[in-house]
Amino acid sequence: MQSHPESDACELPASAGVGYKEQHFREILESPGDVAWLEIHAENYMGKGGRPIAQLRRLRENFPISCHGVGLSIGGEEDPDEHHLDRLRNLLEWLEPASFSEHLAWSTHDGKYFNDLLPLPYTEDSLARVCRHVDQVQEALGRPMLLENPSTYFGFEESTLDELEFISGISERTGCGLLLDINNVHVSSTNMLFDPADYIDSFPFDRVGEIHLGGHEEDQDPEGATLLIDNHAAAVADPVWELYARAIDIAGPLPTLIEWDNDVPDWSVLSAEAARASRVMTGQVRTS
Amino acid sequence: MTARQAGFISAVLDPERPVPPGLVNKSRQATGRFSVYRNNVVVGLIEALESSFPVIRKLLGDEFFMAMAGVFVRRFPPTSPVLSHFGKDMPEFLLSFPPVAHLPYLPDVARLEQLVRESYHEADAKPVSAEFIASLPPEKLSQTQLLMAPSIRLLRSDHPICSIWRANAVGGPKPSYGAEDVLIARREFDPEPVVLPSGGYEILQMLLSGASLLDAFGHANAECGEVRLDETLSLLVRYGAITEIRNGAHAPVEGRQ
Repeated sequence: MQSHPESDACELPASAGVGYKEQHFREILESPGDVAWLEIHAENYMGKGGRPIAQLRRLRENFPISCHGVGLSIGGEEDPDEHHLDRLRNLLEWLEPASFSEHLAWSTHDGKYFNDLLPLPYTEDSLARVCRHVDQVQEALGRPMLLENPSTYFGFEESTLDELEFISGISERTGCGLLLDINNVHVSSTNMLFDPADYIDSFPFDRVGEIHLGGHEEDQDPEGATLLIDNHAAAVADPVWELYARAIDIAGPLPTLIEWDNDVPDWSVLSAEAARASRVMTGQVRTS
Repeated sequence: MTARQAGFISAVLDPERPVPPGLVNKSRQATGRFSVYRNNVVVGLIEALESSFPVIRKLLGDEFFMAMAGVFVRRFPPTSPVLSHFGKDMPEFLLSFPPVAHLPYLPDVARLEQLVRESYHEADAKPVSAEFIASLPPEKLSQTQLLMAPSIRLLRSDHPICSIWRANAVGGPKPSYGAEDVLIARREFDPEPVVLPSGGYEILQMLLSGASLLDAFGHANAECGEVRLDETLSLLVRYGAITEIRNGAHAPVEGRQ
């Protein structure tokens, strides 16, 4: 299990992992299959003890852990919350995860937390602000982080940079690594009418430490246009597998997460998705 | 653009407000798509409350709970990304929410669910064995200080809230009427509320504040007509609530340091 050499922000093995769900605890330990590492949501492990912490302490003995935050609000107008950074630092101290990642989004405003990944305009101002926040987080946590590309449903009139310029700019200026969510690329490209293959081809893979693959649902906007919603409640869709194969062709094997957070399936279904990602990485399937 | 996010979130939470200006898809207006966030934010927070207050939800029914939670999340959005803390205002909210005014026990049931959740995430502690406690002569035990597990919680109610909780959460018998004092204790990982015998609440209040068992018993005697000390102690032992027995203020007899 070698780690991917191209980003110091991530020591996960270049193989398949899954998002950890409590109901899979025993099966993960007994029959991990192709699952080589696990991802947890940081905010679910900030209590003092009990079952969540006990399970995580046990799992980290067998698996490299990716710690994925949802609450830092890096895209917020306000600086990241000091108390939350303290909680994260305490968690990372004992967990010693192989990587820490967060989102290009905001979720907190004026001391209130909204439990969603909200969008921001891409301008020179917002780029400078996000870079300052990433610097603050990396300094507070004493380690580089990975930043994840969002799912988008609309853009902002005031945006002057496209998403790739924005994300690459953050990585260049702060030294953070990137988490490429390929389902988000598919969702955004369908909603925003751009070519996802171009996006993948132009992505700065030398900065990528991890890939996410997840499910989405199909809806329609009030004008009757197709609107894909990122909901992590279904199997990875075929167009996403195709984009994934394209990414692996370009970059070689990368730590790849199957992200299934809602309507969580049985372990056999989830581990089969991980096995499919493994087969793509070892060249056993050509999806396109 | 610093006020952008304040306007954005106000419009997310209040569908009566106009959608923020300047949302586009290529060059077309994309105002209609703002509803994605109106839906995601509120539904996400309602789901967090559903998992935090399963008994309240069962008592009110799914549809009523969802409507009520929609009002709650707009009035008391979370103040931390750690969602296990979310909902601490629920008991107060229920007290002042007219549609549930005819259910006077509801705020205390919400309090109980909140304490169960707190207990679930509390620090672990190893209980003192029942054999060891049984081996202590009564005159020695009365002089000691019994330290309680961090996951212990206490709740006094004018309503049979523990019976209501048990009937709805674990299929306990139909609750009767009357006040209940409740101990929430966690044997390993799953907190369980149990009804305390007469005097048990007063004893535990004193023990939790560091009093000796003798002083706790004295206080309970002064406060209640009947104090069931043996029953209270055996309950504490059965639920693994005692983590250390100390002689006076120092010198642990057994347990963690």
